Amino acid sequence: MTPNATGADAVIDAVTAVLLIVGALMSLGAAIGLLRFPDLMSRMHAATKPQVLGLFLVLAAMGLQMREWWVWPILAVAWIFQLLTVPVSAHMVGRAGYRTKHRHPELLSADELEAVVLRAAGERAAEKAQEADSAMPRNGNGGRNGRNAGADGGPSA
Amino acid sequence: MKDIVLIVTAVILSIAAAGAIYRIAVGPSLLDRVLASDVLLAILGAALAIDMAVNRHLNNLVLLVALTLIGFVGSVTVARFVADRRGQVNDS
Repeated sequence: MTPNATGADAVIDAVTAVLLIVGALMSLGAAIGLLRFPDLMSRMHAATKPQVLGLFLVLAAMGLQMREWWVWPILAVAWIFQLLTVPVSAHMVGRAGYRTKHRHPELLSADELEAVVLRAAGERAAEKAQEADSAMPRNGNGGRNGRNAGADGGPSA
Repeated sequence: MKDIVLIVTAVILSIAAAGAIYRIAVGPSLLDRVLASDVLLAILGAALAIDMAVNRHLNNLVLLVALTLIGFVGSVTVARFVADRRGQVNDS
């Protein structure tokens, strides 16, 4: 920043200061969200703020201060790569969090993955039962008949 | 102006980094820690960019671009490892 700036420099410095402070506040918001949100999914929501918008604001401030046109493409590359890579890690962390039961179902307003998971589990169970039946039918029937007989015989005895 | 901006952003980023480090230390599960370390990385990138903007130099630019390029590898790796331990449920 230019010391004792006047005219256009002062305006650019003021805009830069606002951008930098708002960009830093994004990091603060993410930290507060990490500390206060109850589960992994909502913490992931808070964590994206400095990664995308905060980085954008800070990079824009940098571009304003440099006053050289060739800096802008480099800053754009940095931001675009951040936009490309952040969803990858968020996807992996979210998927791992869902699979390892790091979620509180009572806090979700919609769980669109649950139906898919239940259907896949049902299909897998049906497949397994079919395999077991075709592999050794006598044992399977015998076990089932025995259990039925026991259940029938229990109350009457 | 320059000093004010530097001090204000330094205080804000320090508080934010302290919060992220607290979540790394306490964080009930491994994924919370990974997420907090991601946030800490973003705070570090913001600090590098603020230093460059205020002092008008480009020394950290390559580091910043590299950070945005490969910063996601760590959390993806850890997420892959977590996905394999499905037996131990609900320690969050």
